[in-house]
Amino acid sequence: MTIEKLTSSVKGMVTSFGLPRVIIALFLLVLFILAPFVGVNVGTSLSDTLNRFGMNAVMVLAMVPMIHSGCGLNFGLPLGIIAGLLGATISLQVNIPGPTSFLLAMLFATPFAVILGWGYGQLLNRVKGGEMMIATYVGFSSVAFMCIMWLLLPFSNPTMVWGYSGSGLRTTISVEGYYLHVLNDFLSIRLSDHLLIPTGMILFFALLAFIIWAFLHTKTGTAMTAVGSNPVFARASGINVDKIRTLSVVMSTWLGAMGILVYQQSFGFIQLYMGPFYMALPAVSAILIGGASVNKASILNVVVGTFLFQGIVTMTPSVMNSMIHTDMSEVIRIVVSNGMILYALTRKTEAVR
Amino acid sequence: MTLHMTKTQKVLRFMGNNTVPILFLIICAFGIPLSGYSANYLVSEVIVRIARNSFLIVSLLIPILAGMGLNFGMTLGAMAGQIGLIFISDWGIAGIPGMLLAMIISTPISILLGWWCGKILNLAKGREMVTSYIIGFFMNGIYQMIVLYGMGAIIPIRSNALVLPRGYGIRNTVNLIGIRKSLDNLLTIRLFGIPIPLVTFAVIALLCLFVLWFKKTKLGQDMRAVGQDMEVARAAGIRVEHTRIISIIISTVFAGYGMILYLQNIGTLNTYNSHMQIGMFSVAALLVGGATVAKANIRNVFLGVILFHLMFIVSPMAGKNLIGQAQLGEYFRVFVSYGVITISLVLYEVRKKRDRGLAGLVLAAEQEETV
Repeated sequence: MTIEKLTSSVKGMVTSFGLPRVIIALFLLVLFILAPFVGVNVGTSLSDTLNRFGMNAVMVLAMVPMIHSGCGLNFGLPLGIIAGLLGATISLQVNIPGPTSFLLAMLFATPFAVILGWGYGQLLNRVKGGEMMIATYVGFSSVAFMCIMWLLLPFSNPTMVWGYSGSGLRTTISVEGYYLHVLNDFLSIRLSDHLLIPTGMILFFALLAFIIWAFLHTKTGTAMTAVGSNPVFARASGINVDKIRTLSVVMSTWLGAMGILVYQQSFGFIQLYMGPFYMALPAVSAILIGGASVNKASILNVVVGTFLFQGIVTMTPSVMNSMIHTDMSEVIRIVVSNGMILYALTRKTEAVR
Repeated sequence: MTLHMTKTQKVLRFMGNNTVPILFLIICAFGIPLSGYSANYLVSEVIVRIARNSFLIVSLLIPILAGMGLNFGMTLGAMAGQIGLIFISDWGIAGIPGMLLAMIISTPISILLGWWCGKILNLAKGREMVTSYIIGFFMNGIYQMIVLYGMGAIIPIRSNALVLPRGYGIRNTVNLIGIRKSLDNLLTIRLFGIPIPLVTFAVIALLCLFVLWFKKTKLGQDMRAVGQDMEVARAAGIRVEHTRIISIIISTVFAGYGMILYLQNIGTLNTYNSHMQIGMFSVAALLVGGATVAKANIRNVFLGVILFHLMFIVSPMAGKNLIGQAQLGEYFRVFVSYGVITISLVLYEVRKKRDRGLAGLVLAAEQEETV
């Protein structure tokens, strides 16, 4: 009797959590359990996972507003990333060293994010129902367009441009001396030799996540959720659907811009040209792993999903490598992340919009 | 609705329906003189590319007929074709027999992948394109697992030229010297000094004839019905899901053959890259030819190949002569490829919405009349 009850409650939990998520969570757990036996330091792994969590969480958070307003998964994240890259490069051009440059980068990125996001939102309002495919290609073409721009824009800071020609930005630019690790090192806690918690970065994410959470509970935020779950009903209750959708796209784009800045300050480099090309896919699959669907997402989904996804990305190479001396992590990453997106796209209940 | 249109309206309508090809004609008109290439060189290059790419692009037509949009899942067929080519290179079978054998090996793999892809697309009705696009990425992971880890370890591959020095996995580039241009060089004639691969063109013509014939068969008509309205087709007794799966299977199998044809012309296989680019280029070329997500025909294929590849050939040189950087032209052509797909998708969605609005207006007018 009790066993039956237990199995039924476990079944209930599994269905509510989603089978793929359970499998991924168990897989990650197994990796963490195996790690010490194959000679991988758990502390290092955990601190790597936390670090990657902080690096990527803001970009995953950028999915939330658009999913809420019914614009689907933001495959157009590269557009936001481009706004962030413009902010970063202009900040380096202004050439004020130290943490100020990070604030400047955020400041410079904002108008670009607002303008690009507004245009992108206007476009998506005209193609309701086909947003995801178009978002993908808006992302791709904007990255390709910026490839031309990075060559032509009149940047002149010698740390950024090609040495021999003196013009055209490099493919990777170091942020050392500017905002390298400004968030990582802020209030960072060293628990042991191997375990370092990047407090500042996680606090920054928590701050943005709190702002989004609070926003979604304001009047406008509730209107956004209404637009996402039933646009006809929302219009009937006097909400300007197109305006709300545009606002959500602007927010997503801005978060994308902030996300790449956080990523850069930890990674240490600004990656230009084709760098942002495939950055949308990991963020999309992370939020889906966290339990979001094509039209429903919460901050909790972001936290859980980013942790699980980045955990697997960090753990598989080290554990697999020491176990079977083969690095199959890249393949596993591709299969897991795209498999997760496929799973979300094919859910029947969510296919009706 | 009035059917009378003034001349300017007709011109505007024609321009509106052919925005992308007209845009491309303008780009090419500027690019060709800037690049400084001779007409002879351009024509011979374009002919090479028609022979190389059109088979792949034709493979996209049938899913469009069935209303499933652009089949980005054609990369699955390309992977199957590449697996066939890896095997024949290992077994050392050269020339036409090698190509035929590669096609025979690719067929069951393509059918299986196409069936699976069709099954998944049936679960994601209304967003087939983005789903097929992700399926391409997903299968790329499986393909890597098989080719990079399975081949040589589980699947026997003997040739040292193919296997990585570590003992398993296929090298990044595979030299297809055995079948290189074997079909193209079977029978060529020279017209004004430009070599024309007759047999390849004959094969492509055969495929076009097949597609034209197929559209007239019962199955082809069923597909058209499914493409227009799934519910009506279902009410008429057509097995909608089954028909959709078959359209994807046909497309995947042809994409596999197309990939073999494409690689015999190029002569080297980029084991882990070739198939990923091919989907994007084929889709872009078809759209440049004036096709939309819902409507495409053979004419679009050839117009598209010519215009798209003309742009592709001239843009690096044009970029170099205009700004002094060939790199700029390269980025430009990537931008244009993606931009074209974006514009076509947007125009299609906008038109769909407009037509729906028009249909609503017509309906309202009719109802008013009856009242």
